[in-house]
Amino acid sequence: MTNAIPQILPKSGFPRLIEALRAHHYRIVGPVVRDGALHWDEIAGVEDLPIGWQDTQQPGQYRLERTETTTWFGIVHGPDSIKRLTFVPREPLLTIERKAKKVTVTPQMPEPTPTALLGVRACDVAGLLVHDRIFLQGRYADPYYQVRRDALLVIAVNCTRAHKTCFCASMGTGPRAQSGYDLALTEFEDEFLVSVGSEKGREIIELLELPSASPAYQRQEQERIDACAASQVRGLQEQHRLPQGLYEVHEHPRWETVAHRCLACANCTMVCPTCFCHTVEDHPDLSHTRNERVRLWDSCFTPQHGMIHGKNFRPTIADRYRMWLTHKLASWIDQFGVSGCVGCGRCLTWCPVGIDLTEELHALMRENVDQATP
Amino acid sequence: MMLATTVSSNPFLIYPATIVARRQEAPDIVNLRLVLNDPLVRRRFRFHPGQFNMLSVMGVGEVAISIVSDPDEPEWLDHTIRLVGRVTRVIGRLEKGEVLGIRGPFGQGWPMDAARGYDVLVVTGGLGCAPVMGAIDYMFRRRSEYGTIKILHGVKTPQDLIYRERFDEWRSQPNTEVYLTSDEPGKTWHYHIGVVTELFDRVAVDPDRTVVMMCGPEIMMRVALGKLTHRGLRPDRMYVSLERRMECGIGLCGHCQMGPYFLCHDGPVMRLDRILPWLGKRGI
Repeated sequence: MTNAIPQILPKSGFPRLIEALRAHHYRIVGPVVRDGALHWDEIAGVEDLPIGWQDTQQPGQYRLERTETTTWFGIVHGPDSIKRLTFVPREPLLTIERKAKKVTVTPQMPEPTPTALLGVRACDVAGLLVHDRIFLQGRYADPYYQVRRDALLVIAVNCTRAHKTCFCASMGTGPRAQSGYDLALTEFEDEFLVSVGSEKGREIIELLELPSASPAYQRQEQERIDACAASQVRGLQEQHRLPQGLYEVHEHPRWETVAHRCLACANCTMVCPTCFCHTVEDHPDLSHTRNERVRLWDSCFTPQHGMIHGKNFRPTIADRYRMWLTHKLASWIDQFGVSGCVGCGRCLTWCPVGIDLTEELHALMRENVDQATP
Repeated sequence: MMLATTVSSNPFLIYPATIVARRQEAPDIVNLRLVLNDPLVRRRFRFHPGQFNMLSVMGVGEVAISIVSDPDEPEWLDHTIRLVGRVTRVIGRLEKGEVLGIRGPFGQGWPMDAARGYDVLVVTGGLGCAPVMGAIDYMFRRRSEYGTIKILHGVKTPQDLIYRERFDEWRSQPNTEVYLTSDEPGKTWHYHIGVVTELFDRVAVDPDRTVVMMCGPEIMMRVALGKLTHRGLRPDRMYVSLERRMECGIGLCGHCQMGPYFLCHDGPVMRLDRILPWLGKRGI
């Protein structure tokens, strides 16, 4: 099924794909430009896509511009990974009601509309699979995540353009979506190559009765994706020494120098497609008889993350940065069998001071630890 | 049996439980005995010594508290709570008859199977004795399965000693030694004065047939573990119960990490050889 020959979907025929998705009762969420950045939002049709737009990304820098091209998926990504659709920033978990001494607890199960997510990058698909491991395949399955995940149809777009902060090729997660998608598109000037990744995807695409792509066409697709991989200027060079290598540099002076630059603003953890820390709050009503228990995103950069009855196990920013980087790149592997980094580069782009985790890892892991410089 | 499915499939669901007894153990320590309201849930609830529950106060939040009562009487769930945090301070104001929420039990408890046939050395400091209480009860119910039980417990001041009657009861049992110590002297204190690690000099330990169960302040545990290692005890026969911020109890919220472990589900009881590289490290 997944090895089937890709098919050709002309751009002029794209509305038929949208109709097919609607026929399967999906609402369509895609990339839209708003407030100078790319966001996920419901789209009515092709006209809502950011046609002709492109992004430039650098550590600490994000710019969108309209170009002369007619590329539909020219913007690689924005600050929102797709995690906000499955691991939502605010998830009501329970309603707890009290009448006299009787307490009634009701789970607040989400009832998401089936959603076709159009234009998901390989890095974000990889991030979704990481979250599947955490929320579904561990000792406890999270029923809230499960319900939202089941409602999702993933239509990936393979990347043919990388920017300065991308390093998916070195993480083995892109630029071509590896698995975990239902359909994957590769954009050409006038058409898309469509690959099927699941039975759900096959059911949709079958309705369109598209022609198969010739071997020459498929080669051309691969060349574009390979060129995108080759154009990536960053990589996580020391991966083969993880997780152990990072555990060994726990006392490295670099943690202090990066802490001088880090603002502990938590941006990196908010934009990261895999960061999953959360906190739970009780929100009572004014009469204190009805209480909503909600799950909210949290970040290991907040002072209270390591706090316990007055003691903080991670009192300094150096402690918190080390916690974040060591978890993301090292202990994550011990915990879930994969890296917590998918190489999307968002934590570089959206860091207000442009801290580059690939550079930090490199500085920490250089053979001579005494040579660490700010 | 719809309930059974619901219980297992939503780990965030809390079960109302009533406070049937409340005892002020010390000015800032209270012991609550809870009974789950739903008879079905109550009958199904089993726990292993050293495990913990998440206790909920509606409108305030949840807190992880170890179960201190006898695991062979799971219909009573005793929790000894120091009233120092946002949630525990509210818990401290609750009276008998009031209702809390329970999720649990969570985590890995004490190695009751691995310790079978061995002498057991229990070393605790302060409120660290709480998580080990159930393990001691468990062994006394199966007394012939364990060797000599030696209990070493230290407190800061004589007023900090809780469960005095349980220690006294154990002291009177055959093949059992109980040593108490206080950092500071007091009029009613007839036991040792000094830190708990000084008691090691008084206790004969056979390193080849002893399992250690330890809980207390990390600094105390690090000194104690060092001394015991020096006396030839093997790291893979020493177990410590550790504490970090636990918000979910199920290894999902990310707060309680200690190195590669989520203490809420890989711990709170950890075998020393696994956790040793992380113990006492700055910022862990």
